[in-house]
Amino acid sequence: MRIIGLTGDEAVAYAVKQCDVDVVAAYPITPQTIIVERISDFVANGEINTEYVCVESEHSALSACIGASVMGARVFTATSSQGLALMHEILYIASSLRLPIVMAVVNRALSAPINIHGDHSDMMGSRDCGWIQIYVENAQEAYDTTIQAFKIAESPNVSLPVSVNLDGFIISHSMERVEILDDEDVKIFLPPRKPLYRLDVENPITIGPLCFTDYYFEFKKQQAEAMEKSYKTIMDVMNEYSRVTGRSYKFIDTYGIEDSEILIVCMGSTCGTARYTARRLREKGEKVGVIKVSLYRPFPSEELIEAIKNAEALIVMDRAVSFGASSGPLCSDVKNTLYDAGFKIKILNIIYGLGGRDVSQKDIEQAFRLGFKLKSGDIKDRVLWLGVRE
Amino acid sequence: MVRGERVMVTLKELPVEDYIVSGHRMCAGCGPAIAARMALKAAGPNTIVVNATGCLEVATTIYPYTSWKVPWIHVAFENAAAVASGIESAIRVLARKNLMKQQPNIIAFGGDGGTFDIGIQALSGALERGHRFLYICYDNEAYMNTGIQRSGATPLGAATTTSPPGRVISGKKEWKKDLIGIAVAHGIPYAATACISYWSDYINKVKKALSFNGPTVIHVLSPCQLGWRFNSNETIKIGRLAVQTRIFPIYEVEHGKYRLNINVTKPLPVIEYIKIQGRFRHLLEPQNSYIIENIQKNVDLQWNHLLKLCSME
Repeated sequence: MRIIGLTGDEAVAYAVKQCDVDVVAAYPITPQTIIVERISDFVANGEINTEYVCVESEHSALSACIGASVMGARVFTATSSQGLALMHEILYIASSLRLPIVMAVVNRALSAPINIHGDHSDMMGSRDCGWIQIYVENAQEAYDTTIQAFKIAESPNVSLPVSVNLDGFIISHSMERVEILDDEDVKIFLPPRKPLYRLDVENPITIGPLCFTDYYFEFKKQQAEAMEKSYKTIMDVMNEYSRVTGRSYKFIDTYGIEDSEILIVCMGSTCGTARYTARRLREKGEKVGVIKVSLYRPFPSEELIEAIKNAEALIVMDRAVSFGASSGPLCSDVKNTLYDAGFKIKILNIIYGLGGRDVSQKDIEQAFRLGFKLKSGDIKDRVLWLGVRE
Repeated sequence: MVRGERVMVTLKELPVEDYIVSGHRMCAGCGPAIAARMALKAAGPNTIVVNATGCLEVATTIYPYTSWKVPWIHVAFENAAAVASGIESAIRVLARKNLMKQQPNIIAFGGDGGTFDIGIQALSGALERGHRFLYICYDNEAYMNTGIQRSGATPLGAATTTSPPGRVISGKKEWKKDLIGIAVAHGIPYAATACISYWSDYINKVKKALSFNGPTVIHVLSPCQLGWRFNSNETIKIGRLAVQTRIFPIYEVEHGKYRLNINVTKPLPVIEYIKIQGRFRHLLEPQNSYIIENIQKNVDLQWNHLLKLCSME
């Protein structure tokens, strides 16, 4: 183990290097660029035995990843925002062909107006693409999750692509202390990929055929089942990684849930600010806590139900907006889960931080205050926009 | 084969084995089906095929059936060249790591829509990056799979469902795009035109293209009886007329050097090609005779330009 200073993007690139990735096909986009720059450095210096395909678009990036993955290679790509949107068509094909591609999505706002800063609109726009989606809080998690992502994706029980989501700039460009595993330890944790099938001239198969009304529906059911069954493998991989590193990885991470009246549910870099603020408030005797959702797809419903059962009101914070819907995407998932489980808890959805608008400790404190008002029945709104000028 | 030598394959020499086999649902008299079958006869079983969305893809793989006896993948419409790039890159790195011993040919098939229009960016990128693969554009001069809509490859004057002849417009208003010109501009080692009616020329070109260590492009004219509106027993004849009227010249460009493969010394007038296809029927009306004249002028101009490129002037 070593400790080095890395930005979130650099941490991802370092993980890719240690994972002995065969093919990287990627197209540069802010704030993902540091990832592809570092990987290019590794290739240029002969530090990794990887083919880096400098494609002419994100659409071709993921298309080339599919071509490489279907040959049995370990494959990585990375993108942000408009790049992910351009990939949208191919995202569905990667998951439907059950290819274990790993992609870092450095979350950034979608145009228009064009904006390069962090929010979750990009991945939320492709939420239903059939990829396993994990959100990280800091550079350490970006590094750790990238390594775990390959193991999850390539597990024969899963065989699905995985996106590792890190907040643009806040995580991607902030230098942090990162604990790095020895190369040997990564090799032991992540053995070479053993593909379930591949394009092989000695055993020719047809991949990606036309499929009509008589079979398409069954394919989709199998795909949904694959996602449903992936919980166990994801948990196994997280547990194994936690044992190897001593750093705990779970579907959701909780703080102060045992006695909290008000819980904030959030994802990404905001979780750190939320936990810090909750700790300060708890020191003053306020019963507040935080639920960090790390695994977003498949959604950790059971864990969420368990975590909120003592709370009296929830503040669900969405860094994305679902226009015309009754709440943001994360809040919709939370509400669905709790309704099905029979909970009648009060929930306020907060839309925040769009286009990289900073989220301070004061904002989080205000969110908790809104939670207490919600609990006492002083708020009738279901959705509030925090930190926006009106 | 030794590159640069013309190996004239006689019918007897043509491999009996097929790698795209009968039972598919391509139309009777389908030009693209012939283009794919001949290419695979030339390439043999050590070949991976990437297929863009289109007639060839949808009609040969309806699940749970497949006509392909070689490894085959379809991903989407516009990205066959990008998928081939990934396959080639994977083969290269897996060979370097001693994880793969095979060195298969890679052939990407795209129709004219998937090549001239929506796939041109992915093709350009792959050609620029220099991947070792053969891209075959089977050109039937419109989006036939979706019901005969015009593409950048549809010839001037042709009727399609999105360039219908009406009271004020007489079919497609624009000339066909120069695909080989675009390919050659990338400085690739080999690019060629071909026509299914000249099978020996075509399959020799496929073999030759596969012998280069870099990207190669073959643009093969593949008449479509449905979209061009001719009888299904006339496919080969129509292709031959396209060549013999000089509408579709057969040439190759090897490392920038142009060579005319079929020298049409006594060309037929373009009307011979136009008059037997329903897509041009409206051009036979007297008020449209100027369009046929323009087509003839353009064919003469393009032919002379090609002769210059081939240093044959």
